[in-house]
Amino acid sequence: MNFELIVFLVLAAAAIASAILMITRKNPVTSALYLVFNFFIIAVLYLFLRAQFIAIIQITVYAGAIMVLFLFVIMLLNLGDDKLLKWKLNSGKSIAALLAIALLVEILYFVMNFTSTSELSPKADSMGTVEAIGKVLYSSYLFPFEITSILLLAAIVGAIFLAKKKFE
Amino acid sequence: MIPLSYYIGLSAILFTIGVVGVLTLRNAIVIFMSIELMLNSVNLSLIAFSAYSGNPAGQILVFFVIAVAAAESAVGLAIIIALFRNRLTVNIDEVNVLKW
Repeated sequence: MNFELIVFLVLAAAAIASAILMITRKNPVTSALYLVFNFFIIAVLYLFLRAQFIAIIQITVYAGAIMVLFLFVIMLLNLGDDKLLKWKLNSGKSIAALLAIALLVEILYFVMNFTSTSELSPKADSMGTVEAIGKVLYSSYLFPFEITSILLLAAIVGAIFLAKKKFE
Repeated sequence: MIPLSYYIGLSAILFTIGVVGVLTLRNAIVIFMSIELMLNSVNLSLIAFSAYSGNPAGQILVFFVIAVAAAESAVGLAIIIALFRNRLTVNIDEVNVLKW
């Protein structure tokens, strides 16, 4: 076992633990903070895969912007420990959870069966830099990039309209 | 080195935790966080496939997924605020007008 694999396994265990803690906590603020922790671990895994640019936007956009928005809404709505929101399983939800675990078994079965490489592609080192991503993004993927700006504009207008006090 | 299947396995486990969260939780905001977790696990597998195959398209797709996730969370949280304003709850078991 080499050093990199040990670090990966520790990070993977921490990611799984923080995800489980996120869905089992009563207080949504605690859940949000565990999710931020999970995002940071995933960002480190992106660095393992030589995707520096994606690792940085994972931290700034996900852990920074999106989770701050979540915490802002939780505090705006003043959601504390609510007895009614506690994790309670009824028969329908137990079946749903069992089906989800069947999904996991199915995916893991296929993953264990495919022939996997353990060497990164030689191109991987130069692929995840800001320069390389920018060159591909502004040439081959320019049109989807422009469409994204329209999507974000629609999201801004939609969010303002939905959160307004009265529909007029 | 780390085999590709380890990344995909981790991604599958995180995705399943997200699915369990969406299916069993009752707090709309934490359900939303579970959806973010699922999006993240798919991003991880995309980056892993991209790095092991040497194709930058995976990283570009992750970039777009993050942009869409930002838009989705803004609209979704606005819907939750509107829901809370009308019903004074974020418990989805009580929001059952459209339920069969």
